Amino acid sequence: MNQITEDLLKIVSDWNGIPDAAYNIREDSGCAGRRSTEHIQIDSKEDLPGINITVQPGTKGEMVYIPACVTHSAVDDLVYNDFYIGEGADVTIVAGCGIHSDGEEESRHNGIHRFFIEKGAKVLYLEKHIGTGKGSGARVINPVTEATLAEDAYMEMNTTQIGGVDSTVRKTKATLQQGAKMVVKEKLLTEGTQRAESDFVINLIGEGSGAHLVSRSVAKGHSEQLFRSCLVGEAACSGHSECDAIIMDDGKVSATPELTAHNVDAALIHEAAIGKIAGEQITKLMTLGLTEHEAEEKIIEGFLR
Amino acid sequence: MLELKHISFRVEDGGNKDILDDISLTVGDNRFVVITGPNGGGKSTLAKIIMGIEQPTAGQILFEGQDITALSVTERAALGIAYAFQQPVRFKGLTVSDLIELAAGHSLERGDLCGYLTEVGLCARDYIDRDVNASLSGGEIKRIEIAMALARGAHLTVFDEPEAGIDLWSFNHLIAVFQKLRRETRGTSLIISHQERILDIADEIVVLAGGHIVARGHKEAVLPKLLETGSSVNFCEGKAEQL
Ligand SMILES: Nc1ncnc2c1ncn2[C@@H]1O[C@H](COP(=O)(O)OP(=O)(O)O)[C@@H](O)[C@H]1O
Ligand SMILES: [Mg+2]
Repeated sequence: MNQITEDLLKIVSDWNGIPDAAYNIREDSGCAGRRSTEHIQIDSKEDLPGINITVQPGTKGEMVYIPACVTHSAVDDLVYNDFYIGEGADVTIVAGCGIHSDGEEESRHNGIHRFFIEKGAKVLYLEKHIGTGKGSGARVINPVTEATLAEDAYMEMNTTQIGGVDSTVRKTKATLQQGAKMVVKEKLLTEGTQRAESDFVINLIGEGSGAHLVSRSVAKGHSEQLFRSCLVGEAACSGHSECDAIIMDDGKVSATPELTAHNVDAALIHEAAIGKIAGEQITKLMTLGLTEHEAEEKIIEGFLR
Repeated sequence: MLELKHISFRVEDGGNKDILDDISLTVGDNRFVVITGPNGGGKSTLAKIIMGIEQPTAGQILFEGQDITALSVTERAALGIAYAFQQPVRFKGLTVSDLIELAAGHSLERGDLCGYLTEVGLCARDYIDRDVNASLSGGEIKRIEIAMALARGAHLTVFDEPEAGIDLWSFNHLIAVFQKLRRETRGTSLIISHQERILDIADEIVVLAGGHIVARGHKEAVLPKLLETGSSVNFCEGKAEQL
């Protein structure tokens, strides 16, 4: 594992030396380290680049680290990772991707993750994206997540992209069976001429299924963001999506909700609020001694926490 | 310590309107002064002008001998002026402890943090990690606002209707807070209030109505004038709710 990878790992997965857990480190499309544990098996795919992560039924409280790093320009990384989470398991998956580039050419990481979460299983999925380095080549991260949640399964996705990624198109798709729940918390900050697109489609097909999706984002400079969420209620279910965005400078944010109910007992809600930082918030922090600029930073830091 | 010289605040609201008209007021060191008067009289505007949130259209403000009229809010805060808003501001993602630490100007031990909350009658454990967002009730956020002002430990603290929205039990607590502030003479307090029990502990009462100071002095001297102005002061003992 090279130094850049190690630095990126610290940012995207709070890396602190080899963890006492299952892990797989992807470095410039290769593998820089892997370990399976008694309950969690990690294997390379035979036909495609990527891995299969298999969590045995009933596995409790274990972690899996699967960070991906790109350490220079002109890399076009494509990976397919599949997660099989056995019945009743309860695990935390720390994903995340860092791209470091000091060159002129674009580097990209396309990660396609599929989750098959069995009955009653719980997954906490943590993902951080970051771009670093001084090169002019764009850093592009395009994650695709597809989740299938069986009866009473639970998935929480916490995703954060807080700097240095020039372009991102994020697609998340989920299908929820009876009693399954999905929670998504997305944090996004774009600046300069960055662009970010986030697209959710959640199908609530089982009775009593529920989705709760919260996106908080900040668009600075000339950056642009597009947020699209589509909730489909096929049964008595509940769905809530919320897009809360702060725009600064010449930032642009557009939010498009789509709610489709095929059942009278599907309760679907979308809320969107886009605007600049409230002036009174800045004023309040200034009365505590912060400068206007410090006040803005503090408000954004809290907002994206 | 604070000297307001011929302060006016004129707005163009259809025609010209003087929200404050030629206000002059001197407040000495370690004084406890209450400003009262009818709603719309210009009290909050005066507080904002002292803090630098609004600029007067005429006049001069001296603070500890220095002309601060042209200073920004941040600069005035650094000199030692604090302001507890009439309507506290809500934030998404900043917690009670974040705000109290910002107010104190440095990170605080948990014990000290809790001390400020206990002082305003809040059970610290329940509040310290809560977001100061829309989920707090009016009375809760008002007390947090006061805790922040206490944490600032400023030379001059302006409290804008600290009693508003606070229930009776907490109101007694609040009086104790001000009595303690006074006893320990933690700087000068300028309190905008309609509450008799707060007027009771004032060194001096200033009545502001229609943009003018219509009376100032001790309670006995001021009270009759106050009633003439039709102020909303509630002199019925025990009634804490106020419009
Ligand atoms: N910037 C402004 N423009 C127009 N009217 C204002 C402005 N600021 C305050 N006012 C008006 O001045 C009056 C005094 O307001 P305020 O200082 O809040 O009174 P108080 O705090 O004594 O109730 C109110 O009628 C208010 O609407
Ligand atoms: Mg007022």
